[in-house]
Amino acid sequence: MSDEVVITIASDVDVVTARQHGRELAEQVGFSAGDQTVIAAAISEIARNILNYARRGAITFRMVLDGDRSGVIIVASDQGPGIPDVPKAMQDGYSTSGGLGLGLPGARRLMDEFEVVSAPRQGTTVTMKKWKRTHG
Amino acid sequence: MEVPILKQGFYLIASIQSALTDADLSQLREALVARVGKFRARGVIVDVTALDVMDSFAVRTLRDLAHMTRLRGAETVIVGIQPEVAFAMVQLGLTLKGVATALDLEEGLVFLDRQVKARSDHV
Repeated sequence: MSDEVVITIASDVDVVTARQHGRELAEQVGFSAGDQTVIAAAISEIARNILNYARRGAITFRMVLDGDRSGVIIVASDQGPGIPDVPKAMQDGYSTSGGLGLGLPGARRLMDEFEVVSAPRQGTTVTMKKWKRTHG
Repeated sequence: MEVPILKQGFYLIASIQSALTDADLSQLREALVARVGKFRARGVIVDVTALDVMDSFAVRTLRDLAHMTRLRGAETVIVGIQPEVAFAMVQLGLTLKGVATALDLEEGLVFLDRQVKARSDHV
């Protein structure tokens, strides 16, 4: 199954729409209420990052349902200014937008896999995944 | 969506009914800080039971709200943070440090009564 949903992020209303969609998707995959909230919170942070730094971008949602494991893949991309120093941006408390500086490192803590690809003036792509725990 | 603010005695109660945008949250902060003066309120309760996510912006706005109302002479208590929301907040590194929280509206009122009493005893 590879149904993709793309949500454009261009205003604060879109941040709410994106995290609500992420929660619904997580529910469909069978994540617990706790994990649904965690996924929604991570989406909120990366969506806000798009608004703060690039003003505009998109988030793509995909669910993975196969025999071995199921989960969600969320890709946030923009054509904004890019992140000059990705390792630095991944540090807690580092912010150039006047925020709390928790956006990327916070979202990373919430998800199982987290990857940032960015180049100056070419934009940023954040790919994050969460897998459903089969036990515990 | 605008958050309704009720006045009960010396307290203001803002009860969030649904997901809020950043603009809604900022509007709530401004409205409460203004109304503390208008109604001479001594305490503010913000009920977030209906919020299914608290991200960094929401936490910062609520923290600023609490600090601003305190500067205006009213104590703020945030009530109703759901267990999953608390879990995600802690993982994000969001703690609401320096802001009073209580389990629910009832506990929030008890907290404010104690705060207000302590203040008047002090004088």
